[in-house]
Amino acid sequence: MQPKLAINIGRLKLKNPVMVASGTFGYAEEFKDFIDLKQLGAIVTKTITLAPRKGNPPPRTCEAPAGMLNSIGLENPGLDVFLEEKMGYLNNLGVPIIVSIASECGAEEFLILAKRLDRVKDVAAIELNISCPNIKGLRVKGKVIRENAERLISQDAKATYQLVKAVRRVTGKTLITKLSPNVTDISEIALAAEAAGSDCVALINTLIGMSVDTKTRRPKIAAVTAGLSGPAIRPVAVRMCWEVYQKIKIPIIGMGGIMDTSSALEFFIAGSSAISVGTANFINPRATIEIIGGIKEYLRKENIPDIKKLTGSIKL
Amino acid sequence: MIKVFQAKAKIIYNKRVTDNYFQAAVMSAEISRVALPGQFVNIRVVDTNDVLLRRPFSIHRVEGEKIIFLYEVKGKGTEILSQRKEGEYLDIIGPLGNGFDLNWQTGKLANRQTILVAGGMGVAPLVFLAERLVRVEGVRCKVEEKIKPLVLIGAKTKTQVLCENEFKKSGCEVKVATDDGSRGFKGWVTDLLDRHVCEGGHIGPPLQRIIYACGPAPMLKALAQIAGRNNIDAVGSLEAHMACGIGSCMGCVVKVARAQPQAGDDFEYKRVCKEGPVFDLKQIIW
Ligand SMILES: Cc1cc2nc3c(=O)[nH]c(=O)nc-3n(C[C@H](O)[C@H](O)[C@H](O)COP(=O)(O)OP(=O)(O)OC[C@H]3O[C@@H](n4cnc5c(N)ncnc54)[C@H](O)[C@@H]3O)c2cc1C
Ligand SMILES: Cc1cc2nc3c(=O)[nH]c(=O)nc-3n(C[C@H](O)[C@H](O)[C@H](O)COP(=O)(O)O)c2cc1C
Repeated sequence: MQPKLAINIGRLKLKNPVMVASGTFGYAEEFKDFIDLKQLGAIVTKTITLAPRKGNPPPRTCEAPAGMLNSIGLENPGLDVFLEEKMGYLNNLGVPIIVSIASECGAEEFLILAKRLDRVKDVAAIELNISCPNIKGLRVKGKVIRENAERLISQDAKATYQLVKAVRRVTGKTLITKLSPNVTDISEIALAAEAAGSDCVALINTLIGMSVDTKTRRPKIAAVTAGLSGPAIRPVAVRMCWEVYQKIKIPIIGMGGIMDTSSALEFFIAGSSAISVGTANFINPRATIEIIGGIKEYLRKENIPDIKKLTGSIKL
Repeated sequence: MIKVFQAKAKIIYNKRVTDNYFQAAVMSAEISRVALPGQFVNIRVVDTNDVLLRRPFSIHRVEGEKIIFLYEVKGKGTEILSQRKEGEYLDIIGPLGNGFDLNWQTGKLANRQTILVAGGMGVAPLVFLAERLVRVEGVRCKVEEKIKPLVLIGAKTKTQVLCENEFKKSGCEVKVATDDGSRGFKGWVTDLLDRHVCEGGHIGPPLQRIIYACGPAPMLKALAQIAGRNNIDAVGSLEAHMACGIGSCMGCVVKVARAQPQAGDDFEYKRVCKEGPVFDLKQIIW
C-alpha cells in the first residue's frame, strides 16, 4: 500500500505536507546542492517587505540550549527585486511557492503587497507574517494598528481580524496567517484569523528570548531580545497546535523544533495538517527529504492509508 | 558557482598539537578536489540537540583527499570535537565561502611583496594560502625574480606560535611576534607589520605590497588602518557567529562600506559565509 500524502490548504493542493519555514530556507537556491527541491510539498520564502530592508545590526544569532536565538530583522531585497531576481528560479521548480509578507509601516503595505502578489500567477499562496518579534514594524497600539507600537498584530485578536479581513478583500489567493506563541491564548488569535477568512494558520513563530554574555555583561544579540527556535520550543509548539486544533476548522501548518520524522509526526497527531521545517535546515539540509520518507514509512507500518487520518489522531 | 557538498567524512587523525590546539584530518574526495584557500567547512561535531549548530572551521591544508583543520578548544563544541576518534565519521558541509583571491596582485611580479599576517588561530587558513601562492607564483615567474612571501605570526607566548615550519617549508620567510616577548618581536603582530612596511632599505623600484590576514577582529582592524595609511591592499578572513553557513539565514553579517554611497546609505550588510569570509579589510566598518 502506498499511503496518500497529498493535502489541501484552501485551494492549494500539496503533493505532500512537508514544507519549509519562512526565513530558514532563503529563497531555496541555497539548498539546491543538498536536496532535490522538487520533492518538497511547498516552499515558503523569507518574509518580503515592500521596500528592501537591511535588517538588524550584528550579532544577529547565537546558540541556546537545544536551540538558537535570532534577530535578523527581516533583511530582504524588497518586493521588486524579489520578483525580478528570486521568483524566476522558484517558478522553475514546479513546487508551490508561498510568499511570506510583512509590513514596516501600516496595514496599507500589506494590502499593496497582497495586491501585487495576487497578480503573479506562480504565487501559490500568501503567508501573512504578523508575528515577527524582531522588527519595530507594524504593531498594535490601543485599538488602532500603528507603526512602532507595543504589540505585534498577532498578539491582538481584533487587530488580527482587521488585518486578515482587509487582505482577504484584495486577494483570492490562499491565505495563511502566521501566529506568534508570545500570547496568553493562541486559539483566540487563530479564531480571529479564521473568522476573517484566513484559509489556514501557521504556528508557531519564534518565542521571544534573551541571552547574556556573562564576561562582557552584554546581550549576546545586538537587538537584546530575539526569537528562540529549535528543539527547545517543540513542546510549546505541539501544545499550541493541539489547543488551536480543538477550536478551529481551517487547517494548521505546525512548526517549532521539528528535527526529524518523529518530531514531525508529533505535530500531525496533535492536529496539524502540514508541517514546516525551520532551524533543522541549518543543521541538516536534508532534513525535509528525510522527513518525507520517514512519514511514508510510518504510515505504511502503522497501516494508515492517508496522512489526513493522522491529523488530530491523538489518543487521550 | 562551485558546488557545495554534505559529506560523511572519516577521521584519519585528530591530535593535540600544543596547549589547547588540535589538528584533525578527514577524508573527503569531493571537497578536497575543489577547496580553495580561505574557504571553510561547517562541521556537525556531534549529533545531539545540546550542541545544536554546526561549527565553522577554515581549511588549514589539503593533502590528496584529506582535508586538514587546525583548531583551538574554546567551548563545548570544540571540546567534543577534540574527543572524536580516528575512524569515526564527521558530517561536514563545504567548501563554503569565497576564499582568498590568488590573482589579487597586479603589476610587475618583480616589484611585488606578499605579506601574510596571522594572529593566534589565524594561521589556520594562511598555510593553505601560502602553499598555493608559492605554487601559482612559481609558475608565473622565474625564481630569481621572486620575492619570498613574508609571513608574520603573532601569538600570546612562544608555545603558541603555530605553523612556523609549515610556512618555511612552503618557501616563505617567517617573523614572529609574541605579546610577552618570549619569542621574536615583543608586542602585537600589527606593530611588527607597521615597522616592516615603514622600514626603508629596499633597493630598486617601490614595492607593491599586498596583505593577506586572518586573526581576531581587533588585529584586523589595526591592520586595516596600517594598510590604509601606507596605501597597501589588504584582505582578511573574518569570523561571525553563523547559523546555516550556506547563505540562507542572514545571520553572520558584517558591515561593509558601499562602493558607491547613496544619500543616507553608506553601508551594506554582507554575509561572512557567502560574500566572505574574505573581505577587503579597508571596506569593513568596524
Ligand atoms: C569562517 C570561520 C572560520 C573559522 N576557522 C577556525 C579555525 O580554522 N580554527 C579554529 O580554531 N576556529 C575557527 N573559527 C572559530 C570557530 O568556529 C569557533 O571557535 C567555534 O565555533 C567555537 O565553538 P565552541 O562550541 O567550542 O565554542 P562556544 O563558545 O561554546 O560556541 C557557542 C556558539 O558560538 C559560536 N562561536 C564561538 N566562537 C566563534 C567564533 N570565533 N566565530 C564564529 N562563531 C563562534 C559557535 O559556533 C557556537 O555556535 C572559525 C570561525 C569562522 C566563522
Ligand atoms: C534565522 C531565522 C529567521 C527567520 N525568519 C523568519 C521570517 O522571515 N518570517 C517568518 O515568518 N518566520 C521567520 N522565522 C521563524 C521560523 O519560520 C519558524 O516559525 C520558527 O523558527 C520555529 O520553527 P523552528 O523551531 O523549526 O525553527 C525565522 C527563524 C529563524 C531561525
